[in-house]
Amino acid sequence: MTDTQQTKIQVRNLSKVFGGDTKKALELRDEGLKRTQIFEKTGQTLGLSNINFDVREGELLVIMGLSGSGKSTLIRCLNRLIEPTEGDIIIEGENIPQLNDKALLHCRRRHFSMVFQNFALFPHRSVQMNAEYGLEIRGIPKAERAAKAKNALRQVGLEGWENAYPSQLSGGMQQRVGLARALANDSSVLLMDEAFSALDPLIRRDMQQELIELQHRMKKTTIFITHDLDEALNIGDRIILLRDGEIVQIGTPEEILTRPADDYVARFTEGVDKSRVVTSRRAMRPVRATARDDDGPRTVIHKMGENSLDSIYVVDRERKLLGIVEVEQVEAAAKAGKESIRDLIATDFPSVGPDEPLSSLYSMFNGKSYPIAVVDDDRRLLGVVVKGAVLEQLAEAGEV
Amino acid sequence: MDFDIPRIPLGDWIEGGLDFLTTEFSGVTRGISRATQGGINLLNDGLMWLPEWALIAIVVLLCWRLSGRRLAIGALLGLALIWNLGLWDPMIQTLTLVVIATLVAVVIAIPLGILAAISDRFYRVIMPILDFMQTMPAFVYLIPAIPFFGIGSVSGIFATVIFSMPPAIRFTTLGIRQVPKDLIEAADAFGSTRGQKLVKVQLPLSLPTLMGGINQTIMLALSMVVIAAMIGANGLGSEVWRAIQRLRPGEGFEAGIAVVIMAMLLDRLTQSFSGRKKTR
Repeated sequence: MTDTQQTKIQVRNLSKVFGGDTKKALELRDEGLKRTQIFEKTGQTLGLSNINFDVREGELLVIMGLSGSGKSTLIRCLNRLIEPTEGDIIIEGENIPQLNDKALLHCRRRHFSMVFQNFALFPHRSVQMNAEYGLEIRGIPKAERAAKAKNALRQVGLEGWENAYPSQLSGGMQQRVGLARALANDSSVLLMDEAFSALDPLIRRDMQQELIELQHRMKKTTIFITHDLDEALNIGDRIILLRDGEIVQIGTPEEILTRPADDYVARFTEGVDKSRVVTSRRAMRPVRATARDDDGPRTVIHKMGENSLDSIYVVDRERKLLGIVEVEQVEAAAKAGKESIRDLIATDFPSVGPDEPLSSLYSMFNGKSYPIAVVDDDRRLLGVVVKGAVLEQLAEAGEV
Repeated sequence: MDFDIPRIPLGDWIEGGLDFLTTEFSGVTRGISRATQGGINLLNDGLMWLPEWALIAIVVLLCWRLSGRRLAIGALLGLALIWNLGLWDPMIQTLTLVVIATLVAVVIAIPLGILAAISDRFYRVIMPILDFMQTMPAFVYLIPAIPFFGIGSVSGIFATVIFSMPPAIRFTTLGIRQVPKDLIEAADAFGSTRGQKLVKVQLPLSLPTLMGGINQTIMLALSMVVIAAMIGANGLGSEVWRAIQRLRPGEGFEAGIAVVIMAMLLDRLTQSFSGRKKTR
């Protein structure tokens, strides 16, 4: 995350009281009373209290908390499925709580698409018609919305399922439809309310990975609600921790793990399963692209550009790992008119076997920007481990 | 111990109200009467124009397509029996009254049902009225129908519509209110207007329930149309009525059996229609 990112949504002093006399509850809150005390005195529930945060353009922001922490209320206040009691939510100069009905409708259509925990697909509509829903109600011409919906379905890997009905699909596939319905709409913010919580763990893991890739590709501003720390650490660019309707900490996954704001957060991060022995195989990801030792410099630059890499592994014909080259050197070689990259290959890079424990991997990064290569006994390249993945896995194992 | 509590003249008030309505709105009632009678004649003539065997063939085919062979065979035997007993014309008259009464009832009921589903206040107002309409003995509706529309089939339809409308309203409301909350939330989140939500989500999803309500309305309409023979509605009911007056149990049962056959056919047909919608 860089500091130059623009702010997409500003949330200021957002509070929500459930019940009749909201003023009284907020007064008591300002006197310093806590949620339970306010409930005892007034019978009102303080759902959210004085929430402040920014959502940055293109980031994947995770709002995490246990049940009753107010996370679902918070995401619903953003598009006013729940009316906030006080506070401002500013998106592109519009203050959402102040909008009249017509402007709100327009704002929802333009800015927000939502993915729901229990999918909330329309059972009487085919997959295609579900994906078209948001466009249909905006009055987009039939041909255009059909094309956009088809494209969204392809993005989530549901090509060929257009004419199926939701009841014919598995849970994971249904949520893909939910995601496609949101993506087709082409709104500027994606709201995901415990979107993967109803899926079984394996499918869930896959969906998380796909979401990360999708989000990377589309740079869509995403707000993701979850009660699961693993999930939050796995997918979040930044995480907001919520407890009893208040923000406890905002930070990157690494900050949350290494500098917990208070005991509550610390207990959270301790609470994760320590029993699993984690190896590099688990944190490994497939290599996006490799160079061949007989590639010319321009080919290699092209490959790196395609995949936005600034270093690339070089393998031979049998995929045996030879070394790594960096973009500056290859560019210099190209300028100098060299035909081969062979003499640019650096061999002093870290590589490990697939069964190396992650705890020993962490120290290997030591200021290096490129990932660690995972190779088999014949030194064939299996995948790479990036720093973030090690952190996630260690966090899961409770080692940090 | 003789308390002299005056009797509350409830009946007088109601009569006064009805008198007021009949005199002040005679133009309206006459217009409704003429339109309804026109509809009855048109449909009746249309159905009578078809030869008996042709109508039987159409119904049997419909039963076959919508339900299956068993219902088709049942329809064939049942309708043939009615024809054989010489009850074809009264049966057509009864069918006409049922169809028109149901159409009118549904056209009024569905908007009211939608309104009751959307507005809690309207729901609280209309539910006791529906209770009243359903528990009031059906015969009572026949009495005010006469000053409004005179003796005959139009009065029969008026009483039938009032008696058979409540389930269609109730089931429409129920169907819409039963649509899962998360689907409503999804429709809202994408920025649906109230009308879009209704047409694209709530109504399609409440269709099976709504069809159940229409089925109930048809059944009630059939039973009421028979009773309406007492105020001069034509059809199988008047056959029964005549049998009572002449003390001819045989004829009464023949007409009664014809009503049962009609009821079963109408019920199975509308049920299979709504069932088909559900499973798509």
